[in-house]
Amino acid sequence: MPSSDAPLLEVTDLATHYGPIQAIHSVSLEVHPGELVAIVGANGAGKTTLLRTLSGVQPASGGTIHFDGEEITRLPAHRIVARGICQVPEGRQVFAPLSVEDNLRLGGYSQRRDGDWVAQKIAEVYALFPILHEKRGQLAGNLSGGQQQMLAIGRALLGRPRLLLLDEPSMGLAPLLVEEIFRVVRELHEAGTTVLLVEQNANAALQIADRGYVLETGKVVTSAPAAALLEDETVRKAYLGH
Amino acid sequence: MSALHRLHGFLALVVAVALLPVLFPDNYFVTVVGVTIGFNVMLAVALNLFIGFAGQISLGHAAFFGMGAYASAILTTRYGWSPWPAMGVGLVIVYVVALLISRPILKLKGHYLAMATLGFGIIVNIIMVEAVDWTGGPDGMSGIPGLELFGWAVDSDLRWYAVMAVVMLATVLLSLNIIDSRAGRALRAVHGSEVAAQTLGVDTARVKSQVFVLSACLASLAGSLFAHQQNFISPVSFNFFFSIEVVTMVVLGGLASTYGAVFGAIVLTLLPQVLVVFEDYEVLILGTILMSIMIFLPQGLFVGLVRGSTGLLRRLRPAAVATGD
Repeated sequence: MPSSDAPLLEVTDLATHYGPIQAIHSVSLEVHPGELVAIVGANGAGKTTLLRTLSGVQPASGGTIHFDGEEITRLPAHRIVARGICQVPEGRQVFAPLSVEDNLRLGGYSQRRDGDWVAQKIAEVYALFPILHEKRGQLAGNLSGGQQQMLAIGRALLGRPRLLLLDEPSMGLAPLLVEEIFRVVRELHEAGTTVLLVEQNANAALQIADRGYVLETGKVVTSAPAAALLEDETVRKAYLGH
Repeated sequence: MSALHRLHGFLALVVAVALLPVLFPDNYFVTVVGVTIGFNVMLAVALNLFIGFAGQISLGHAAFFGMGAYASAILTTRYGWSPWPAMGVGLVIVYVVALLISRPILKLKGHYLAMATLGFGIIVNIIMVEAVDWTGGPDGMSGIPGLELFGWAVDSDLRWYAVMAVVMLATVLLSLNIIDSRAGRALRAVHGSEVAAQTLGVDTARVKSQVFVLSACLASLAGSLFAHQQNFISPVSFNFFFSIEVVTMVVLGGLASTYGAVFGAIVLTLLPQVLVVFEDYEVLILGTILMSIMIFLPQGLFVGLVRGSTGLLRRLRPAAVATGD
């Protein structure tokens, strides 16, 4: 459901360097409120770097990022989270020596003035992923990969996201679990969460997305409604494998 | 459940600390070594917040211990201040210095952070040795007055034991509370992955700086008390080797465990005292013991023993432990 409202996220000519190496070249994209936008591309295309730059973990070397009309390009990561951009980092990065529940509480770190909301949201996350409730006292490091991914998503939801950034949620998971994770992402989207999803699994991502961008060697090469990308001959050849 | 569990351990510690001097009133190991243990526990617990929980490293913490000690010594002997305001000024100085160096230093990680803190510790120690007019140089400073609390002079081993017991237990309680709080979760998150912590809204630079400063201030407090208890200080007590010793206590007891730090400090203070009977072989045996502990219990003495014994219990009484857990 692409919306005609002002974009929630507007990225203009964004560039990022790792030392002398340019990882992202003048990327422009927008995400409207309520949309699920997928960024697909091969390994090394700059997808993760792009998300890291959006969340402020990686500094931008050029261009601008506007969120809800305000520029956030140079804000430190914790200020960006406070504005409602929550990232599920690549490789999950749950805190292994902490319990499942402590991981979720950490997700609510920026909601310190609203303990009731955090408690209620934790209950909602448990409803979304019952297995997490079952294992709430266990150390996150003892969870399976799929459960850790659920925890990482739940943890990000505790940050009260206005825009949820998902980095390769299907990475390293068995097909059945990938399906489960994508089902949840679609549910979140249908419940009104705005999502920017980065995926190597282009087929699964475009199936649930409204629109898609194709990233190649740090540049946006195509952008179109997801359904159109799924039909696009070059995209199919390059990323969908048929 | 975890709060209650936490309190149990602490109450056990309180009882042990209170009973020891009653059971052994004139025992050298209780009243004399016990006070030294008190200082070391304070330092190890403080450093454990920074090393064990936040996952950073400091090889220069003896410097903060020494700065507190010298601030107290200089202000009381050269300017005739009374000990309490001198202690306060020492605390303020350490607070400011730690805060100033924390931001640039904590941008470093791993070996580089170790080098930077090491350098800081050595610089402070050199100042203690070279600023003879202030510090008395290598000969140190003597004639530091004792402490007095509302007319109650802390003038015997037993009274120092009482003071250090209270201060040490307060430090342990502070550490336990921090770890179980929002700030403590942030610390452990920084340890796990700074990037992940940032994506959750944790200002990692600030959190690291705060815990560094807190750790330094506790060390300064211990240093001031040390100066008044010893009545004499010299730079040797605050050199690089002592920094390493405190790190060893933390690692030996078990990283990221408050009781581990307590245990490590006790063991590493007592062992050399006990091993004195071996005379020339003392250091050799101490080294062998430390190496064996790290080889066989790499997660630390306390953590290793606790896990080992609960594992054993579980095998002996599977049902009872399962419900208790």
